[in-house]
Amino acid sequence: MRSGREVEADIRALADEDGYYLNPDREITGGIIEGIAANEERLGYWRCPCRMSNGDRAQDIDIICPCAYRDADLEDYGRCYCALYVTKEYLDRGSPGDPIPERRPRSKWEKPSVSPSAAPGAGKPAAAGPIKVWRCEVCGYLCARADAPAVCPICRAKKDRFEEFDLQR
Amino acid sequence: MVSTTTVNGKHSKHDVMLYALSTCIWCKKTKKLLDTMDVKYDFIWVDQLAGQDEDDVMKQVKKHNPDCTVPTMVIDGKTCIVGFKEPEIKKALS
Repeated sequence: MRSGREVEADIRALADEDGYYLNPDREITGGIIEGIAANEERLGYWRCPCRMSNGDRAQDIDIICPCAYRDADLEDYGRCYCALYVTKEYLDRGSPGDPIPERRPRSKWEKPSVSPSAAPGAGKPAAAGPIKVWRCEVCGYLCARADAPAVCPICRAKKDRFEEFDLQR
Repeated sequence: MVSTTTVNGKHSKHDVMLYALSTCIWCKKTKKLLDTMDVKYDFIWVDQLAGQDEDDVMKQVKKHNPDCTVPTMVIDGKTCIVGFKEPEIKKALS
């Protein structure tokens, strides 16, 4: 198992890149990072340590840290759901405040689990075909190729966090 | 029936059940608060369950908190406090 310090270095780099901060409360940040490290060890991915799940990566795809709801929560509340990532405004406010509501729609976990082959980007890699534009949903990195890269060269997010991007939209 | 862990405390006026995740700092803080308050309570680490046990416990949580978020604390089978809300917890258990 990687140490909390090693996992924290990765998370701190992600926060820096996106212009966010980690919670200055060491008990909170240390506890969340410990939880992420435990999930990395047990599940092989950074499942949100503060959310229930059945440990199925395809179903958890939107709650792999940094989760799909982080940016919106930082925008609205100055903190993510766990309060690991915070904004400058949150730091300036100086008080932690109440827990924030869960933004993840219930339909994400109430539905029966999708089979791995049905999950975007999961399963067997697609055969080389026409060039498409792929967007990393973690950091926004764009690339044009037949298939999404195995990991994002910018933020190291895995292949299944890429979505096909329509340039016309 | 999934077995829960009972933590003994001086104050046992209320029946307190805590559904928590072992990876969640807010769940741990809630548990620590109950320890500090010296309240008797039962808890389950939901993420350490599997199969039928997990399904059964999720159903219990859902009954009180349809969003199934944690920590979920159920007091006397009716009052439900979701999240680490220190003043609310203290008030309900005083």
